[in-house]
Amino acid sequence: MNIFVAFISSAIPLGVPLLYGSTGEIVTEKSGHLNLGIPGIMYVGAISGVIGAFLYEMSCGNAKENMVPALAILIPLLCAIAGSVLMGLIYSFLTVTLRANQNVTGLALTTFGIGIGNFFGGSLVKLVDSDMPNIILTKTSNFFCAQLPFADDCGWFGQIFLSHDFLTYASIVIALVVSFVLNRTRVGLNLRAVGENPATADAAGINVTRYKYLATCIGSAIAGLGGLQYVMAYANGVWSNNAFGDRGWMAIALVIFALWKPTMAILGSFLFGALCNVYNYIHHFFYLGHDANRELFNLLPYVVTILVLIITSMRKKREHQPPQSLGLSYFREER
Amino acid sequence: MANMAKKTREPLLHIAKRDDMPGWKAWLIRLAAIGLGFLLIGVLSSLLTGASFGKVYNIMFTGVFGRLLKGNTILLWRFLQRAAILLCLALAVTPAFKMRFWNCGAEGQALIGGLAAMICMIEIGDKVPHGVLLLIILACSLLAGAVWGMIPALFHAKYKTNETLFTLMMNYVATQIVAYYVVLTSAGSGSNIIKPVPYGNLPILFGEEYFLNVLLVTVLMVAVYIYLKYSKQGYEITVVGESQNTARYVGINVKNVIIRTMLISGAICGVAGMLMVAGTDHSINTNTMGGQGFTAIMISWMGQFNPFIMAGMAGLVTFLKTGAAKVADTFFLNSSYSDIVSGVVILFLVGCEFFIRYTVKFRHSKKGGEAR
Repeated sequence: MNIFVAFISSAIPLGVPLLYGSTGEIVTEKSGHLNLGIPGIMYVGAISGVIGAFLYEMSCGNAKENMVPALAILIPLLCAIAGSVLMGLIYSFLTVTLRANQNVTGLALTTFGIGIGNFFGGSLVKLVDSDMPNIILTKTSNFFCAQLPFADDCGWFGQIFLSHDFLTYASIVIALVVSFVLNRTRVGLNLRAVGENPATADAAGINVTRYKYLATCIGSAIAGLGGLQYVMAYANGVWSNNAFGDRGWMAIALVIFALWKPTMAILGSFLFGALCNVYNYIHHFFYLGHDANRELFNLLPYVVTILVLIITSMRKKREHQPPQSLGLSYFREER
Repeated sequence: MANMAKKTREPLLHIAKRDDMPGWKAWLIRLAAIGLGFLLIGVLSSLLTGASFGKVYNIMFTGVFGRLLKGNTILLWRFLQRAAILLCLALAVTPAFKMRFWNCGAEGQALIGGLAAMICMIEIGDKVPHGVLLLIILACSLLAGAVWGMIPALFHAKYKTNETLFTLMMNYVATQIVAYYVVLTSAGSGSNIIKPVPYGNLPILFGEEYFLNVLLVTVLMVAVYIYLKYSKQGYEITVVGESQNTARYVGINVKNVIIRTMLISGAICGVAGMLMVAGTDHSINTNTMGGQGFTAIMISWMGQFNPFIMAGMAGLVTFLKTGAAKVADTFFLNSSYSDIVSGVVILFLVGCEFFIRYTVKFRHSKKGGEAR
């Protein structure tokens, strides 16, 4: 029982970056833009937050007593948002204004973003002059990880549902808000129209360019928070290069799993968190024999994603299809 | 009428589609974009290191090509080798791209091809004669890559499953299988590394370790060019890419073309993996391809799907990556600097296509247009 509770409660933080990433990508894709730059954007979000936190910790003389909790949280948060919005702006300038190929732009942005993350991460490590190949921001992380005070008193319920950092709960709230905006407001309706058929939306008087820019930038900001959550809460404020791994790609795949619905993304990302976590826990439950056999459980999330891709494409329900003009750039004079 | 026209607000800028631009003009724009990218890199490097422009470019150039005048060609061959592998992967994805099938799985297809080569080298390396072994390795790599490429194609042809994400996920499946194999084979040795295997290595021609790799890729480049431009199958690929309805109308079996093209695409990726494993590293790890499969996608696109231009682009990107790594090394910057540098130039190249396809007209210039 105990190990089962530990499994679930450690699976949740694994799912949170995925939820941020996929919510952000859903917003972007609803405007008709397949942003393959999300993995890079999440790296940039993470490193911007780390830089902000690093500078703030330095300016406070590395003493926790001098740090104001509100600032310790707000500075990394705003830095992460600013960094990822900047990346979103690059992407939308290239794909919306310059109508560049979205796949190529996204891939280039991912290389670029991961490069930026690792470059600044590596450079900061040299600045601190420590022996370890990572930056440790435990003090800031402590502010981020602050738990609800009564979480420990609630037994397994507390451990699973109440013991997480505020960004975890924020991710769910953001996904719900995005879902509400997309489905229940005029802005959401317009955005979906832009993604389905920009020419029609344009004729109806919707400013297509503005919607595309805003959707991409807001989506990037949300995704960037996922990177921040990973460093500050999941990794306890420790940045090491390439540690974030391929979570960005998984977040993009999750969008399809969630059928472009943020509420489904909540479910999907925690399921994926659990799938990723199987690798860490499987040897507690079963005897696996050879060491190498455990490696195979790393396959789970990817195989499940592929199965979901296949199944959703086989069922071909109309409401389960991607936005119709996804991946195509819109040029007003070409209809 | 004139009064009414004045009342509606006219935007300052007006974008219009260009008629076909002459080729030399388009290349002038692309060269200008590369030049701008280089300028930005120079500024960036100077700001970060405090070194002068000239010194940065000098370090880049000598870092890539070495001391050619003194007859030292080691670095030059290393450059050619890197560019060749990159070009091989780009050649692999090009037929698929021409068909508008976004094969983002070159990384995995190459890795699985490399794994097939590795398994052959370890399992039967000491049991069969060298020549036969090389043929078996080639066949296995081709087959493994082709199967890995065909799986997404089958589902895309039948159910229109999203190929971008399917191929992407197949990369990670391949990576994990390699991780599994590495742990399995190196068990008991104390480290998770497969030591270089002495069997089934590609022969060294003319005393240059990488000569055969470069030669094979060059042959492949010409072959892919001929295949795409002059063969019937190449024509079918183009038609399917332009419009699937047209293809169906003229009696092309679209599903077959998709599956066949991905078989070829995956098989060439398998060759790239084989070149890395049997021709270069003689070992395998999860990072053997090192993200080159993704870079190759950009190279294929930047090279306008033309193998010869792609060769130039592969050279450019390799130059940027190696040169920037050298700059980073000299000034104690982080090695990821090379990703930023190549990313900047690629983004410039991606962006400049706009100025080839569209023109920007200012408000007052429209009057001239009306008078015509």
